[in-house]
Amino acid sequence: MKPISQTLLDKLWAAHEVLRRNDGVSLLWVDRHLVHEGSHHAFAKLKERGLSVCEPNLTFAFVDHYAPTRRGSQSLDPQILRMIQTLRQNADDHGVHLYDLDDPRQGIAHVVGPEEGLTLPGLLINCGDSHTSTHGAFGALAFGIGATEVAHVLATQTIWQRKPKSMRITVEGALGFGVSAKDIALGWIGKLGTDGAQGHAVEYAGAVIRGLSMEGRMTLCNMSIEGGARFGIIAPDETTFAYVKDRPFAPKAGAWEQACAEWRGLCSDKEAPFDREVVLDASEIAPTVTWGTSPEQALPITATVPAADDVMPAKREAVRDALAYMGLKAGHKLEGTAVDQVFIGSCTNGRIEDLREAAHVLRGRQAKIPGQVSPGSAKVKAQAEAEGLDQIFKAAGLDWVASGCSMCVGMNGDLVEKGQRCASSTNRNFKGRQGRGARTHLMSPAMVAAASVTGMLTDVRRLLERRP
Amino acid sequence: MAGWSTHIGMAVSLPQANIDTDQLIPARFMSVPRAQGYGRFLLHDMRREETGDLKADFPLNAHEGMSVLIAGRNFGSGSSREAAVYALVDSGIRAVFAPSFGDIFASNAVNNGLLPAQIDEATYETVSQSLERRPHSITIDLDTRSFQLGAVEARFWIDDSWALKLINGWDDIDLTRHHSAAIAAFKNTRHQTSAWAWPNGAD
Repeated sequence: MKPISQTLLDKLWAAHEVLRRNDGVSLLWVDRHLVHEGSHHAFAKLKERGLSVCEPNLTFAFVDHYAPTRRGSQSLDPQILRMIQTLRQNADDHGVHLYDLDDPRQGIAHVVGPEEGLTLPGLLINCGDSHTSTHGAFGALAFGIGATEVAHVLATQTIWQRKPKSMRITVEGALGFGVSAKDIALGWIGKLGTDGAQGHAVEYAGAVIRGLSMEGRMTLCNMSIEGGARFGIIAPDETTFAYVKDRPFAPKAGAWEQACAEWRGLCSDKEAPFDREVVLDASEIAPTVTWGTSPEQALPITATVPAADDVMPAKREAVRDALAYMGLKAGHKLEGTAVDQVFIGSCTNGRIEDLREAAHVLRGRQAKIPGQVSPGSAKVKAQAEAEGLDQIFKAAGLDWVASGCSMCVGMNGDLVEKGQRCASSTNRNFKGRQGRGARTHLMSPAMVAAASVTGMLTDVRRLLERRP
Repeated sequence: MAGWSTHIGMAVSLPQANIDTDQLIPARFMSVPRAQGYGRFLLHDMRREETGDLKADFPLNAHEGMSVLIAGRNFGSGSSREAAVYALVDSGIRAVFAPSFGDIFASNAVNNGLLPAQIDEATYETVSQSLERRPHSITIDLDTRSFQLGAVEARFWIDDSWALKLINGWDDIDLTRHHSAAIAAFKNTRHQTSAWAWPNGAD
């Protein structure tokens, strides 16, 4: 009998399934649980029931959402300080390792996890944050959960979950000049919609994905949730192994060999059936920006602002509403739209490669508008400083600050003022996401850098021409 | 948490697609302990002026005592913040009807006794039009997955396991504790066959 062909999702699911109930819902073993300041609700639930953390050695705590990015210069807002103190107390009470503010490895959970080798192929990783899909870039089953589920994982190291449907997005061909993983993400979400992959686990495949660095793969998997998918996965390969090897928590010596042997089997079998298949031609993807208040409202930088009549009837009201909020006029070119400020950072695009790409555009140039660069972790910050990237940003006139979620979600006080237009390397352009009344345009870090140089939405390819 | 299988209340239409969890509760309110109540933060920036005053023409503001929302597709997309569900529940909302929901939001809802009832686009249009921004009484029957709103009688969809959880008021931690032996056995086997899956140096 021919063996049954399995998808990568099938294999990862089977490896973590403790049991499956008659109604089809699985109880899954959780290999890593990442918590942050926002997990206070879950710890409170645990306390109410008199429970303790079941596997403190598999639980890791991060100060990221509320981390101040200007440390020491001013006293902390008491609300923010209380959030950080609560996490410290909870980590201490339960014997959980905490990456605190002063830790040289501090940073955003989805940046530090991979850096520390906590994220490995074949693991199941949970965090009370929707961008947990980031870790799927390593061939891990990684998904965001809510506070009740966080409490459940803390108490039992397992999670109930119905297996999602499988979907494969294959990107064939080659990426054009000046086009990055962020553009692939905004491109497919623009095409399929913010609920385009709802109920599905997305596996990214194809020549272009194989050619992406781990940073690029993380950006792509990170944005899966913006297309409605709780999971984004990429089969691990030599690029993955090279990234993971010798990381502090990665397996060593014999365990490393055994792990690699297992990880090499983590791919979808050739004949494995997917519930849904989407194939994209990379040559059709251009540097992309969002113009509206949903990640699906994304277009190539060469496009014009759409009118309500340009879209299907069901989406017209949303277009009108978004144009009003964003202060944009249909028919105007996207390129040339005046921008007030820029932000580079976040779990989507705050890694070393992102900073290199932005610095490559900015080298020897001045920013016309203010902006802030917040590395995704203290290690990324140190690496960037060793490479002199901080000098490029500072010389251009941008603020070089400490790491955290910062202006992506504004919880730490880094906010965009009402009516201000921000070119941002982050993941959500929702109304008020960066501050009440703030107007967010999502794009790649290189595109953000280009916008800072001209003070307008700009096709980065113009600024990359004749750059060595 | 108390289970429920029928609900009779008042429904109001919120005819917008993609009401994400950042709209349901802006991030700046999420440091508040739950005990203080999250109801006042529900849809804060959509329903309030910058002064904090309620906008008179916003559907939820014009009427009191609403317990059911009828909203557009992709309700609760975005951030995993369960606070979005707390804001709804603490405002007295028991069910949201929409053509689709963000995956994480829907599971958070069920964990807090809030019904995420999926209806097809045609039913949504009919119901939405019949409400025309005026509230109407609604009867929800979880057992039969059906509801009645004025002259409209229709079915909704919810994962069977979620319906059972809502009806019985089950709590997952209690359920999982019945499986502690299976979990321990699984952990033991995984530790033996895939020791690399434990953080190097720990355990």
